[in-house]
Amino acid sequence: MNTVIIYSIIILSSIGILAAVILYFVAQKFKVHENPKIDEVEKALPGANCGGCGFAGCRAFAEACAKSNDLSDKLCTVGGNETMEKVADILGLKVEKKAPRVAVVRCNGTCENRPKTSHFDGASSCAVEASIYSGDTGCQFGCLGEGDCVAACNFDALHMNPETGLPEVDDDKCVACGACVEACPRNLIELRKKAPRNMKVYVACRNEEKGGVARKSCKVACIGCGKCVQVCPFDAITLVNNLAYIDSDKCRLCRKCVVVCPTHAIIDVNFPKPVIRGIPKPKAKPVAKAVDATDNSNPKTAEKPLTKTAPLSASKPAAKPTAKKEVTVSEK
Amino acid sequence: MLRTFKLGGIHPAGNKLSAGKPIEKLPLPKIVFIPIAQHIGAPAKPIVQPGDKVKVGQMIAQAGGFVSANIHSSVSGTVKKFAPAPDSGGYPKQCIVIEREGDEWEESILSKEENGDSLDAKTIIDRIKQAGIVGMGGATFPTHVKLMPPPGKIADILIINGVECEPYLTADHRLMLEKGEEIIKGVHLLMKALKVTKACIGIENNKKDAIKHLSELTSDDPEITIVPLKMKYPQGGEKQLINAITGREVPSGALPIETGAVVSNVGTTYAVYEAVLKYKPLFERVVTVTGKNLNKPSNFLVRIGTPIKDLIEAAGGSSLNGGKVICGGPMMGRAVNSTDIPVAKGTSGVLLMPESESKRGQEQDCIRCGRCVTVCPMGLEPYLLANVSSKKQWDIAEEHNVMDCIECGSCSYTCPANRPLLDHIRQGKKTVGGILRTRKMKKQ
Repeated sequence: MNTVIIYSIIILSSIGILAAVILYFVAQKFKVHENPKIDEVEKALPGANCGGCGFAGCRAFAEACAKSNDLSDKLCTVGGNETMEKVADILGLKVEKKAPRVAVVRCNGTCENRPKTSHFDGASSCAVEASIYSGDTGCQFGCLGEGDCVAACNFDALHMNPETGLPEVDDDKCVACGACVEACPRNLIELRKKAPRNMKVYVACRNEEKGGVARKSCKVACIGCGKCVQVCPFDAITLVNNLAYIDSDKCRLCRKCVVVCPTHAIIDVNFPKPVIRGIPKPKAKPVAKAVDATDNSNPKTAEKPLTKTAPLSASKPAAKPTAKKEVTVSEK
Repeated sequence: MLRTFKLGGIHPAGNKLSAGKPIEKLPLPKIVFIPIAQHIGAPAKPIVQPGDKVKVGQMIAQAGGFVSANIHSSVSGTVKKFAPAPDSGGYPKQCIVIEREGDEWEESILSKEENGDSLDAKTIIDRIKQAGIVGMGGATFPTHVKLMPPPGKIADILIINGVECEPYLTADHRLMLEKGEEIIKGVHLLMKALKVTKACIGIENNKKDAIKHLSELTSDDPEITIVPLKMKYPQGGEKQLINAITGREVPSGALPIETGAVVSNVGTTYAVYEAVLKYKPLFERVVTVTGKNLNKPSNFLVRIGTPIKDLIEAAGGSSLNGGKVICGGPMMGRAVNSTDIPVAKGTSGVLLMPESESKRGQEQDCIRCGRCVTVCPMGLEPYLLANVSSKKQWDIAEEHNVMDCIECGSCSYTCPANRPLLDHIRQGKKTVGGILRTRKMKKQ
């Protein structure tokens, strides 16, 4: 009995040792020689595998970086400039700092601004709804509110606001990976240049219909009037197909366009001081005090700022009459 | 023993409320919106300008390519403008707007048919092409293209689709009862065009009067057979019809011509008769207007371009109370959000469905019961295709033959968990179709 056990142990151990030796030599012979830098670069990356860089995961990005001589067209959107600097150090290359970007939902068709005209009774997906019909409001370009973008975000940066029916981006969590941009069937979300303190100025509308038609479906639609194009000192705004577009790389956040937009399609977000508009926000009932912005506690002082902003619109005759109209109303 | 197709199928209630109502001519509309894209393929190109005077049957838009169709005016009057109008696809599409003045028809349209015995295949196909005939069962595929199979593919049987398996719709039924002789003449014309000597007319067994009438008309005709079919949805699907009548199966990803069969709807066949023997282009069609709350469910002969609100009014109107207005039938039709939508060549019906009948139940998780697999007439796995399509796993969807889905809706209808299976499968088909096209283009 004992001998059987001893022999079994010896034989099995020998097989085990032989297999180990064979495996060792085979592993050495068939070893894949990879550039050791790829591993180093991969360690420096965030490891989210989000695809924001345009490559199939962090490993693929690391390989692409290690292979190339030039990092100018490569950016890890999650890690940002910090990570790219580390990668550049590892590879012995130089890299320029790139402006960070953030996702912006370019639609302000809230339940209040854009009334519903029908009820969608299909699968709760924006892609499905967009392929079935123009949507449950009069605007065939606007947000459908079913949340495909929210579902696509891996960084918990998008949430649906139940009151407005629109998705909202958490600027601090957004890493500009672009998943939401791809998910939106209406191409409403754009990666725009990120400004200090998350300040933004953008046209919150993508409606290409003629002004009158667009305005019927939504109070804050862009009507393609072109006032913003005229007033922008930095040539950042273009008007195509009855729709204005602000180039975030050229925009300096001066907000002159916000002041003149008659429908409040252009909005400014996260600014410390509200801008003083020449034209009141379109409301269902008529308002006695036109100006929204500054403190409305003293009607007399509220009156004066209006005339101060008039010079801006003074050079544009069209704006003047409306400004005067507001003054007479508040003088009451 | 009635013939039927092999796989799947469901039995929704027929609800043929308008089956006994003879076809009525709808009073002519004051203004028509004629879409320039009423068919599969390239939109037609308008050949009239605002201000032009047109007559009924005058060509107003020419086919925009090989797979395309001509469009003719359905009223006489003045072309007002080109403007977008909503369509059942859900988005505004370009239309030619014509204001009607009187009812003057083109002189070339004959009131009495001419003798068609001496016509050859080419002439027949040319006249069909001129007349802008497209598949009127709803698919709107240009008929003249269907009658010219690609080289190497030969047809040996013509199948006429008189099935009308969609609940509520009765347009084809009434057409078979009232225009039986003309339809038979149309069948002979199509047989000549395809150079086949055998034709079968498939009719579902709930239309016994139509089966009797057409059987009597063809009792002496050795070339045409009337085939009563078991009532089962979607018997009217091309592939299902071919399977039921001939036993042949269309291979995955292939067209019916692979099996030697060409299928044509009875409405299309009637339009072919009118086009070839009377030179009458396609500008009007029979539309069923129906619904449980409607005062007078009817079958109207409607001019193309008439807004559907005219039809609803003529059928006694109805208060919707949150229900759906559906262009087509309840299974494959499309709910629309406007009654300004014009009747197009493929509009077979307008169904007003009350909310209690049309609102979907609350969606729940899949319980893996497998009923959707049992009912799928194409032998697919709808629960899987819907699942992977919603998760954007397009490679798995392609592998499991999502492109073979005929979008009949049997899966969504049967699902006990109210899952919107077809909605997701359609997304899968759309995306995978795009991927396949790109792949094909890259190869070339």
